[in-house]
Amino acid sequence: MATSQWPDAAQRSLLGTRISRVDGPLKTTGAAKYSYDQNRPGMLWAKVVSSPHAKAEVSGIDTSAAEALKGVKAVWKDDLKEVQYAGQIVAAVAAETEEIAVEAANLIKVDYKPVEHVVKDTDPELSKERPSKREAGKVEEALAKADIVHSGHYGLPVITHCCLEPHGQVMELREGELYVWPSTQNVSGYADRVLGETVEVPQNKIHVDCQHMGGGFGSKFGVDKWGTINAILAKQTGRPVKLMLDRDLELMIAGNRPSAFASIKVGAMKDGTVTAVDTEVWGTGGSGGFNAPPVPYVFTKIPNTRIVGKGIRTNRGGQRAWRAPNHPQGCFLTMSALADVAAALKMDELEFFQKNVAQTDRAEVYTEELKIAADLIGYKAKAHLRGAGAAGPVKRGLGISMHTWGGRGHPSECDVTINPDGSVEARLGSQDLGVGTRTSVGIVVAETLGLPLAAVRVQLGKNEYSKSGASGGSTTIGGIATSSRLAATAALNEVMAKAAGQLGVAADALEARDGNIRVTADPTKKIAWKNACSLLGANAVTKRGVCVPGDAEKEKMISQGVGGVQIADVSVDVETGVVTLNEMVAVQDCGLVINLKTAESQVYGALIMGITYALYEEAVYDLRTGRMLNADMEFYRLAGIRDVGQLKVHMMTGKGYDDRGVIGLGEPPVISPGGAIANAVANAAGVRVPNLPLTPDRVLAALSQKGAMA
Amino acid sequence: MSEHESSSDPSSLSRRGFLKGIGVGTAATGLITAVKPLAEAAGNDPSLLGPGEIPVTLAVNGQSRKLNVEPRVTLLDALRNRLDVTGPKKVCDRGTCGACTVLVDGNPIYSCSMLAVEAEGRAITTVEGLGTPDRLNAVQKAFVDHDAQQCGFCTPGFVTAATAYVRKHPNAGTDEICRGLGGNLCRCGTYAGMLLAVADAAKAKGGV
Repeated sequence: MATSQWPDAAQRSLLGTRISRVDGPLKTTGAAKYSYDQNRPGMLWAKVVSSPHAKAEVSGIDTSAAEALKGVKAVWKDDLKEVQYAGQIVAAVAAETEEIAVEAANLIKVDYKPVEHVVKDTDPELSKERPSKREAGKVEEALAKADIVHSGHYGLPVITHCCLEPHGQVMELREGELYVWPSTQNVSGYADRVLGETVEVPQNKIHVDCQHMGGGFGSKFGVDKWGTINAILAKQTGRPVKLMLDRDLELMIAGNRPSAFASIKVGAMKDGTVTAVDTEVWGTGGSGGFNAPPVPYVFTKIPNTRIVGKGIRTNRGGQRAWRAPNHPQGCFLTMSALADVAAALKMDELEFFQKNVAQTDRAEVYTEELKIAADLIGYKAKAHLRGAGAAGPVKRGLGISMHTWGGRGHPSECDVTINPDGSVEARLGSQDLGVGTRTSVGIVVAETLGLPLAAVRVQLGKNEYSKSGASGGSTTIGGIATSSRLAATAALNEVMAKAAGQLGVAADALEARDGNIRVTADPTKKIAWKNACSLLGANAVTKRGVCVPGDAEKEKMISQGVGGVQIADVSVDVETGVVTLNEMVAVQDCGLVINLKTAESQVYGALIMGITYALYEEAVYDLRTGRMLNADMEFYRLAGIRDVGQLKVHMMTGKGYDDRGVIGLGEPPVISPGGAIANAVANAAGVRVPNLPLTPDRVLAALSQKGAMA
Repeated sequence: MSEHESSSDPSSLSRRGFLKGIGVGTAATGLITAVKPLAEAAGNDPSLLGPGEIPVTLAVNGQSRKLNVEPRVTLLDALRNRLDVTGPKKVCDRGTCGACTVLVDGNPIYSCSMLAVEAEGRAITTVEGLGTPDRLNAVQKAFVDHDAQQCGFCTPGFVTAATAYVRKHPNAGTDEICRGLGGNLCRCGTYAGMLLAVADAAKAKGGV
């Protein structure tokens, strides 16, 4: 009998090695079909009409000119009386060509009466909501007793997800069944009640198919308004309809990471021990809510803390989960304030963080990671106190940040079928966001059955397969690794039961290795996989594996809670304010690694995404008109290949890590770059640049303030 | 609009310089806003096209493809919406991100910023024409080996730009490769793998 426990290091053939993703050849040749690429026979193109005003009363929508345009097949308009943000969708058309749809959308006349709006989010006085408050210990007392009290202001603006494949889908309503090709992080859960009721199709007749999706980062879980509209247009026309958001709307309304601005007081003793953190934090989730980010972050055992949160509701698109919701904010705010304390104490930043590591939940892991990260970047040789670098206009500096995340696997079901000819198939209603989920399932099943990866066919991306959780919060890998392992083990045991009779031993004396079912104690006694499967006779065996997270955690198949350390090495030109990333290292644990290659890719990618929000990203709003000024990719800047410097990734594996089981990795490494890079800039320039992104104007402003203060 | 052929080496230009060189960016929108005057003038001037659909023949990946498009239709939309050639992706739709990169007479261009009618008579190669899943070209193979893709939506544009670059600069070093790929953007952050991949492919001279 095979057991579902993860094999020891010596027993692994695929797990934890570097394996190229199985759909790489599809993606590099254009053969991978995304939602945006679905061209159905007779398909129409839809375009939406959206509000140019941040807030306005709507008295009428005239679609007659659009309806009269040749090639227009359907028009939809909302019956709303008010719009709450620029970009809010009010009407839509479906037409024979994309060009006609654009033209028709332009012909729709909406009567707006603009009213006063709020898009500003930098002033806590704008908060109209009851502040949230969390308190522990005695903050005032601790601050009074502290050797040093540092006060600082810090902030990060709203940024957007900017998925390269925009939000949207293709829908087709045929013979009472709704077929949807959405770009989604939530295949099994996409077809919700509202979607069905909108077009009077029961949920059991909604077919969801998403084989490849072009980025979500937390913003693609639901049907959304554009999905509902698409369904209505498909029903009205009886034809397939494609509705993908244009780039400007993608940036304005399809995902915003909330801003966070904070006033932070930190009390510390001369030896660097932090004793109190007092925080007031405010920001906006646009038309959505605001939750105070966690400050102090990571150093949660600091005994005296208070945080007051003030949400500012603004007339902007609503917030959506952005990779590790609230953590990048809490991390940047905390790490900046703490590094400023170290600088005020004239203490080395690494020594300061090591000093306080006991105030974290994972002191041992962080201690080890801090050491590895410091060695990787050559900390000792390069480090200097804040502003004490070499002479000349280009200053170099290092900055440190630490982060944490949960990452426990989600509920997931997976079916594994072993056919009498030996072929194997795994099916589950999960999705591959580009993290290599398809490949990971294949690796787990192949490892379990002792087969090469190519022997396993993995089918996902359809809601007709067994239900698997949405991909958010780094929960996928734990869920799908467990369900596919359990399913493959159960199916294997059926084959082993047959093979046992043939080999004349008990089933629990067998193992599946190297393409054989063999006797563990005497590997020469074996049956080739194909021959063993033929013993199944005419019937394939299919077994379902179910990941119940609590049970899986007890069985040590999964767990949660990781730590990571990142150090950035930057140059700051104090004459131009330009920040250059020289090097960045990331040290990360995530339990048992399924595929080292794609795991490393996740961390590299997170570093680059983090460099991007640290240096470039900001949704810039015009206070007067309430419109986003940079809703395009020219002025909403993403880092290019020349902007990211040298990157090093170190995954914590082996004893003490592998035996924790599988833990998610998508979120953690994207949390620290803001803090690490901002601290490196402060270390180099000799002055804190308090707000991200660290653009030249902000750097120069901080430098001139420093001059004024001196 | 075809002056870009006269620039000896478009791949060595920056994104902005490249755009300027082929005079795109405003051209497509310029035509859309000019539809009415064109329509009025068309009767008198046979050199003006449209505004209705006109027949166009495009040479895509070695195949001659006939289609009817309005003159305002971009090469990208003609490929994706009319010919179901969906390798080139529509992302920024204004010549910034490079996801729509195709080769026109061997030179990389942003197909969102060229009109389909301008591409008539030119050899158009998309990522589909560079290799297939069973027969990857050297760049595609190196992208797979170095995991130079995640969500993969930018990948066709990068593969196409990189292939053109490596063909012209078979001995390119890291700095040059970064320059060669400076006209494309990735959101997932796959640059580390890409750099290794293109360096590998550059070594496999003539293989792309």
